[in-house]
Amino acid sequence: MTKKRQLLLAIAIFVWVVACKQITEHVTPKAPNDDEILDGPVEGLSSVEKQQFLAGDVAFNGEVFFSGNGLGPYFVATSCGSCHAGDGKGHPFTTLTRFGQSDTLGNKYLNLGGPQLQNRAISGFDPEWIPVGASFSQFTPPANTGLGFLEALTDAQILMNADPNDLDGDGISGRPNYVNAPSYFLPQPYHQQRGGKYIGRFGKKAAAIDLLHQTANAYQQDMGITSDFNPYEPAMNGMAYPYFDNVPDPEVPATTVHNVVFYLRTLKAPIQRSQSDADVLAGKQLFMNIKCGSCHIPQWTTPSTNINALSGKTFFPYTDLLLHDMGSGLDDGYTEGTALTSEWRTPPLWGLGLSMNSQGRNYFLMHDGRATSIRQAIELHGGEAENSKGQFMNLSESDKAKLIKFLESL
Amino acid sequence: MKQVLILFFALIQYSAFAQIDSTLFKRVEKRDTTLKLNMDAVYNRPFLQVGKVPVAFGGYVEANSNYMVTDGVTEGLSFQMRRLTLFVSSSIGRRIKFLSELEFEDGTKEINIEFAAVDIEFHPLVNLRGGVIMNPIGAFNQNHDGPKWEFIDRPISATTIIPSTWSNVGFGLWGKYSKNNWAFAYEAYLTNGFDDRIINNAENRTWLPASKTNPERFEESFNGVPLTTLKSALKHRKIGEIGLSWMGGVYNKFEEDGLVLDKRRRVDLFAIDFNTFVKKKTYFNGEWVWAFVDVPETFSQQFGNKQKGAFLDIVHPILRRTILGFEKAVLNVALRLEYADYNVGTFRETDGDIRDDIYAVVPGISFRPYPQTVIRANYRYHWQTDILGNPASKTAGFQFGFSSYF
Ligand code: HEC
Ligand code: HEC
Repeated sequence: MTKKRQLLLAIAIFVWVVACKQITEHVTPKAPNDDEILDGPVEGLSSVEKQQFLAGDVAFNGEVFFSGNGLGPYFVATSCGSCHAGDGKGHPFTTLTRFGQSDTLGNKYLNLGGPQLQNRAISGFDPEWIPVGASFSQFTPPANTGLGFLEALTDAQILMNADPNDLDGDGISGRPNYVNAPSYFLPQPYHQQRGGKYIGRFGKKAAAIDLLHQTANAYQQDMGITSDFNPYEPAMNGMAYPYFDNVPDPEVPATTVHNVVFYLRTLKAPIQRSQSDADVLAGKQLFMNIKCGSCHIPQWTTPSTNINALSGKTFFPYTDLLLHDMGSGLDDGYTEGTALTSEWRTPPLWGLGLSMNSQGRNYFLMHDGRATSIRQAIELHGGEAENSKGQFMNLSESDKAKLIKFLESL
Repeated sequence: MKQVLILFFALIQYSAFAQIDSTLFKRVEKRDTTLKLNMDAVYNRPFLQVGKVPVAFGGYVEANSNYMVTDGVTEGLSFQMRRLTLFVSSSIGRRIKFLSELEFEDGTKEINIEFAAVDIEFHPLVNLRGGVIMNPIGAFNQNHDGPKWEFIDRPISATTIIPSTWSNVGFGLWGKYSKNNWAFAYEAYLTNGFDDRIINNAENRTWLPASKTNPERFEESFNGVPLTTLKSALKHRKIGEIGLSWMGGVYNKFEEDGLVLDKRRRVDLFAIDFNTFVKKKTYFNGEWVWAFVDVPETFSQQFGNKQKGAFLDIVHPILRRTILGFEKAVLNVALRLEYADYNVGTFRETDGDIRDDIYAVVPGISFRPYPQTVIRANYRYHWQTDILGNPASKTAGFQFGFSSYF
């Protein structure tokens, strides 16, 4: 090539690069608004905290288990992110089954593989089955957002709303689930013990005390992954000893588990959309008027914690973290801890309007995903919520629509 | 490996000087004017020969820059040395040929023997081929040299469903018959094959390329059952070429030391490929593939038992003249449409569609100063949907790069 040609070529390349930069912004996909997605950290993390968040993110969303790195032998799904897509609610495909406990006296099927059914198995193994006579329930994965705020609350704050004997006579009692703590549980000053048991906050029956408890169980029970916290593979139906796979235990190190817990603690709280929309505001008013907010308590404030970004923050989860008798329609005959079979923990409603983005463009609400719309979810309320539901049913169509519009904005 | 490289580069260096003394180092001229099919791609490449030695060398490099944005987040601009491929061919006798192809991928992360086989011709319709061969499934796997394509990325379905470049140890027969404007060819090989990594991998989906990570693949079969690959192709000089292929075998370890562990689980791929010129100018090149994998019932539907995918490349020359002093240079516009569905089926729990798919549109321009060299610029947009069918994650960006034989 002559000098002139080389120059021409160089100019052409230069122009191309500049042009690319100019038009790139217009022809590449935009980031969704922060209020349209559930993932992402809380504001105000330090640089070290951000790194731990990212490490947890990788373990939660990126680490996929297979037989080569410890999956199973019995399992339900292959990664945390498979069940909690985009940190949102799950789908019937990853709904899990628990069995074997029908009263507050404990699970009678622990030696037959209870409480969790591992309905899938790696090649060469047969999955578990539900033993004859065992009652069971199905749990659809909940969203994982804002959990650090809920974990930071003190037991005293939670107990303030408990009214086990319905002294105020509003038909709504609400009580905590006192559960046995796992051996690795480190009580914090804000935890209150009662007869050796602690208040559970996480899970459909509020059977997990803190996020470490929930996470360690998830590794073992949902994926068949052993850790320092739960060093054994999940028990198989009727086997005195668990089967082992060929991967040395623990299959995940404690640091990974801690990183994931940190990730869960520092996932941001969902951001409400259309907050000042007149219908949304009216809907919120109706929500409070008909006592939905007695269980789905809108607002909380954290005390100071060891993560600055979570300290002294007011947040809006719409839950009381307490158990409520929801009536016979939602009573599956299965329970955990000291909850009755008809009792369920009030689920947070934040992020509800984004459920479709993680549930495959559908709604699968309530503990087992049986409700395919928000309206249906409300209509399934019974027991302590019967009165509140009745008032909802008596609302005019337009008021119902406003209330639902409010819920969709969460 | 290092020595081979040094020797090779010494030769290339030498060739640079040798260009002055053209009698010593010269391009191998192609005398064979018969119709070329995709299967001829291994030999149908530019080669250099040193003096009268019956060995010819060749190879190509491929590098590019990449700027991609996924849902508003970018990793920035990066430069990628995609691959450096070296080939050596020799004629042992008039009817015995040997060719080997060595590939260094993504820097030197992967070094693969893509092809190292001897061909013995008994009759044009009966050739024996043995060694490390490229299984003739689809067309891309056989005909994948970077400089032959107008796009920077390899087609998705041809690299993630058909795990191109997919080569294995084995042997088989091939034959070709051509007359006037027609050519017909067949290939039939038995090789080592897949293993259970196709459903035990960190991709969280049925992933045939996972078997490529098994280093023992070239030493022994995973389960003692050979992978069969059959292909037939038909070409008319004026119409185009069509190829039908099947590759199938058992992927799991069903027996060990005489103990039956599981039933035999099969993996089968079917592919159709075609290419043609419309009005002697616009080039169409496409490939469809279907994969069927017998995934155990009790394993997770996360791992699909059916996959399908396709790509269609359309290349249209807009300038064919002296450009920047390159005589016979060509400037093309090109468009690739492609998709891969990694999990065809419905969820047992809901009867809803299982997604896990990707669709892409890739417009581009390519400049060929010489036929063996291509400088290309692509804009790429793809939509990737997770298994549940949640809103797709969108990725788009620019790629700029070149690929050239040397
Ligand atoms: C098989 C699907 C599945 C997998 C895999 C899974 N989860 Fe869950 N997750 C669930 C379900 C179902 C629940 C409700 C469980 C309960 O009620 O006890 C849940 C509950 C939770 C909760 C409590 C949320 C709340 O609001 O109470 C957290 C935190 C959590 N999972 C984290 C994880 C982590 C971390 C992992 C990976 C180590 C993981 N999950 C893996 C299905 C899954
Ligand atoms: C007595 C307490 C209580 C009252 C009052 C109550 N809820 Fe609930 N709500 C619950 C509990 C507990 C669940 C979970 C039930 C289950 O999982 O089966 C729930 C579930 C829901 C859900 C589904 C959430 C999900 O993630 O699946 C929605 C939506 C909801 N409630 C809205 C309302 C509205 C609107 C009202 C007022 C009409 C209301 N609730 C009144 C306790 C209550």
